[in-house]
Amino acid sequence: MDVDVLIIGAGVVGSAIAYYLAKTDLKVAVIEKEEDVCTGTSKANSGIVHAGFDAIPNTLKAKFNVEGANLIPKLAKLLNFEYKQNGALVLCFDEKLRDHVEDLYQRGIANGVKDLKIIEKDEILKREPNVSEDVVCALYAPTSGIVCPFGMTIALAENAADNGVQFIFNEAVETIQRVQDGWKVNDRYHAKVLVNAAGLYADEIHNQFVDQKMNITPRRGEYLLFDRSVGNLCSHTLFQLPTEKGKGVLITPTVHGNILVGPNAQAVETKENVNTTALGQEEIRSKAQITIKHLPFNQVIRTFSGLRATPNGFDFVVGQTADHFYDAAGIESPGLSSAPAIGKWIAQQISEQLDAKDNPHYIATRKGFIDVKQLSDEEWNDLIQQDPAYGIIVCRCETITAGSIQDALTRSLPARSLDGIKRRVRAGMGRCQAGFCLPRSMEIMQEQLGISLEDIQLTNSHSKLITSKVKEGIHDGKQ
Amino acid sequence: MENNKQLVIIGGGPAGLAAAIGAKQAGIDDLLILERDHCLGGILNQCIHNGFGLHTFGEELTGPEYAWRYIQQVKDLEIPYQLDSMVLDISEDKTIRYVNATQGVCQVHAQAIILAMGCRERPFGSLSIPGYRPAGIYSAGTAQKLVNIDGYMPGKEVVILGSGDIGLIMARRMTFEGAHVHTVAERLPYSGGLKRNIVQCLDDFNIPLQLSHTVVDVHGKDRIESVTIAQVNANNLPIAGTEQEYPCDTLLLSCGLIPENELSAKAGIQLSKITNGPIVNELLETNKEGVFACGNVLHVHDLVDFVSQEATKAGQNAAQYILNHLPETQHEIPIETSGLIRYTVPFSIDPSRMDDKQVIRFRLGNVLKNGYVNVYIDDKRIIHQKKMIRTPGEMESIVLKREWLSDATQSIRIETEVA
Ligand SMILES: Cc1cc2nc3c(=O)[nH]c(=O)nc-3n(C[C@H](O)[C@H](O)[C@H](O)COP(=O)(O)OP(=O)(O)OC[C@H]3O[C@@H](n4cnc5c(N)ncnc54)[C@H](O)[C@@H]3O)c2cc1C
Ligand SMILES: Cc1cc2nc3c(=O)[nH]c(=O)nc-3n(C[C@H](O)[C@H](O)[C@H](O)COP(=O)(O)OP(=O)(O)OC[C@H]3O[C@@H](n4cnc5c(N)ncnc54)[C@H](O)[C@@H]3O)c2cc1C
Repeated sequence: MDVDVLIIGAGVVGSAIAYYLAKTDLKVAVIEKEEDVCTGTSKANSGIVHAGFDAIPNTLKAKFNVEGANLIPKLAKLLNFEYKQNGALVLCFDEKLRDHVEDLYQRGIANGVKDLKIIEKDEILKREPNVSEDVVCALYAPTSGIVCPFGMTIALAENAADNGVQFIFNEAVETIQRVQDGWKVNDRYHAKVLVNAAGLYADEIHNQFVDQKMNITPRRGEYLLFDRSVGNLCSHTLFQLPTEKGKGVLITPTVHGNILVGPNAQAVETKENVNTTALGQEEIRSKAQITIKHLPFNQVIRTFSGLRATPNGFDFVVGQTADHFYDAAGIESPGLSSAPAIGKWIAQQISEQLDAKDNPHYIATRKGFIDVKQLSDEEWNDLIQQDPAYGIIVCRCETITAGSIQDALTRSLPARSLDGIKRRVRAGMGRCQAGFCLPRSMEIMQEQLGISLEDIQLTNSHSKLITSKVKEGIHDGKQ
Repeated sequence: MENNKQLVIIGGGPAGLAAAIGAKQAGIDDLLILERDHCLGGILNQCIHNGFGLHTFGEELTGPEYAWRYIQQVKDLEIPYQLDSMVLDISEDKTIRYVNATQGVCQVHAQAIILAMGCRERPFGSLSIPGYRPAGIYSAGTAQKLVNIDGYMPGKEVVILGSGDIGLIMARRMTFEGAHVHTVAERLPYSGGLKRNIVQCLDDFNIPLQLSHTVVDVHGKDRIESVTIAQVNANNLPIAGTEQEYPCDTLLLSCGLIPENELSAKAGIQLSKITNGPIVNELLETNKEGVFACGNVLHVHDLVDFVSQEATKAGQNAAQYILNHLPETQHEIPIETSGLIRYTVPFSIDPSRMDDKQVIRFRLGNVLKNGYVNVYIDDKRIIHQKKMIRTPGEMESIVLKREWLSDATQSIRIETEVA
């Protein structure tokens, strides 16, 4: 295959780069080692669109964060993914640390964050009645938001696919050679420009071609996710002001009405250590109770963890770091917030370098997945008339219909695993965690994809759900 | 579409079926069962083992056979039912909103409603077990459906966490299908399942049951490869040094059932924090007039026979309510519990409305050996019942006679007494 640009990695960053490049007439492909987009760090994070007060002024982090946070609300409308500007509070529980709140405020101003304000206990408790009485004051950032990280990544990638970007899944980049007019990857893909958006593994690719070496260490963050039934615990994102004991944990609503608590930060041995630990969970539980005293831990429906790709040089590495080689590496937090700005900037650089024109067939918008809960009865009835599958509830907890699942399996960038369906339409995300809908979702996959049940995967090809038909193999060796 | 019914029953499992039959036989013709699945019978359809119906029919039936006897009656009595129809909400004025593929979103207003939605299994996520989240982890009921209905094996090398009845049944079932069940780990010092299931499903197949043990780590990023099991102390914390790794490709969970009361909660029905089911009086009526509950949505049962009995009553009572035959409540006496008694159903009794003999069902919070269950009415002990062993896994009951109570009765208390 011959392309102008080959992007390595289909996380939010690779997808954002693809999205902006799709506006041009360049031939673009994305290569991803897993079965779908958004299977790495982009699927397990806090989902906060940071306002931008946290990053050190004049860093790439500060620049891309503030720009990205401005882009996301517009993209959410255009591409139909869920975003909400819910505002954030950085809570201070110690009078002696009031100065630090002031510092944070000043840093935010320097980064160009709008509408920042320091508020006192009374106003905090008026806004958030469940917050501990021990609170002293807070930095209030009304422009902070929350986004569905899968929703955003999938929307960017799907629109890119709608506009002609090719996605290659289940293939890791193993060999890269510099050839006469560009690059040869895995001996079969030829590209003029190579983009490194490989997340945790970006250092390995970077170090092959760039003199200034980098090193990425995985730092794990664990989470607890609470049922929607306690979704009214808070409405803002509640950070804790960092103290000498560390950064603290946050409590935030998600765009889907759950409550998310976490993350801690722990250096781990390998880049695949996305497990949770008893110690980590305990740390989060105890720290979170500084913010809200009586958290209903019996309403936790899932625990999970994500890995930060922490670069040795602290800041993001973004730009043309070798000839015709672009890095989007070391993208740790606030990488989700920054991704659109990183994507836009890199796409611009590449377009200039390759003298790109506009894509004449560009489709600017994307239809979101239909959430029947958001429809009026009339709208829902019309939909069922057109397609009765929208009257069949498969996931009972989240009210997800067979119609939505079929939609997820037949888009330009279709789901290919149960987790892929879950990330697109939330089937199995609810309180029963797919206990009921798993067999039904599997049936629909079997029908839509024309595969056998034994080939259905939870995630990648090593995660099959069924080992055999019943009775199969029982009589082995007796023939 | 909008219309009116005298009675709507939500759920077509054994509870819904028996309730419908009870109501119909008590004179209600204008009724409707709403069931979200493709067929009536509820969870029984996947319970192909026998052991159902001993109390009701005096013979051991399989789940589908037991269900069929009720489905047949529903058909004979021409009780209307609607399949593939999911109830979405119940409003203040008892209007039920449901959806299906043929009629779309429908509203039906009911004079009375019977909640019979059953329960769901506690999922892996809510257990907060450390480790990875790979493929190969199923709740036992999901595995039961895959094996018994769909004909597929979720795996061959199995560890089971939790000793609820479904887990025990599945230990045997998977063994029949050629799988190797390594062990059943139960965090508590006693099993949550029926004694007969431990004997028939584990002991008979030499499957070890490890009490006071739990899974402390899950290994394998894509498909499960092994679990670490450790002993726990009295505070449920793992004891260091007792860890043992079990290679497996499947982890089944049988860690408890949760009544499906999201609909009830949305409708403003008061729920018990202990049963997770509605708080009901002697008529099985919830705090909302004309809304009754029965079966696993009310409290988790281990024997379907008792579900059917309870549901028949709920159906009859709903009929009386609709026909205006229910006397006004005079005075409702809450049933107080102490000792090991976790809860009772019903939660309260009105002597003026109760049956001559009222069954009170309850569960214990721990094993009671050679102990007593005592019932006091106005501090006078009227029941003093000894039993060799009572366990949390087996639902208990006592019978209160109307003659013991009067309008002047102030209190009813039920307690356990250690021998
Ligand atoms: C605990 C935690 C909380 C966070 N919270 C926030 C937050 O609230 N707000 C925010 O803005 N940011 C947050 N972040 C940061 C944000 O999640 C990341 O910056 C962002 O997701 C990084 O995206 P990415 O595309 O670079 O990486 P990834 O999503 O990891 O994508 C990289 C992709 O490259 C693929 N890949 C790797 N090597 C190869 C190869 N050789 N061949 C082919 N494919 C390959 C991987 O499979 C992967 O899919 C958080 C991060 C963590 C860990
Ligand atoms: C695996 C297993 C093994 C068992 N083994 C035995 C045994 O050996 N012997 C024995 O006597 N008992 C046994 N039992 C117990 C007995 O089967 C149950 O107690 C009984 O099935 C409960 O009946 P139910 O009608 O309350 O619930 P269910 O059978 O769960 O029925 C509830 C019905 O309501 C429907 N529903 C729920 N919500 C909605 C909605 N919103 N809209 C429409 N419909 C809805 C469901 O689809 C379901 O069909 C077993 C139970 C299980 C789960």
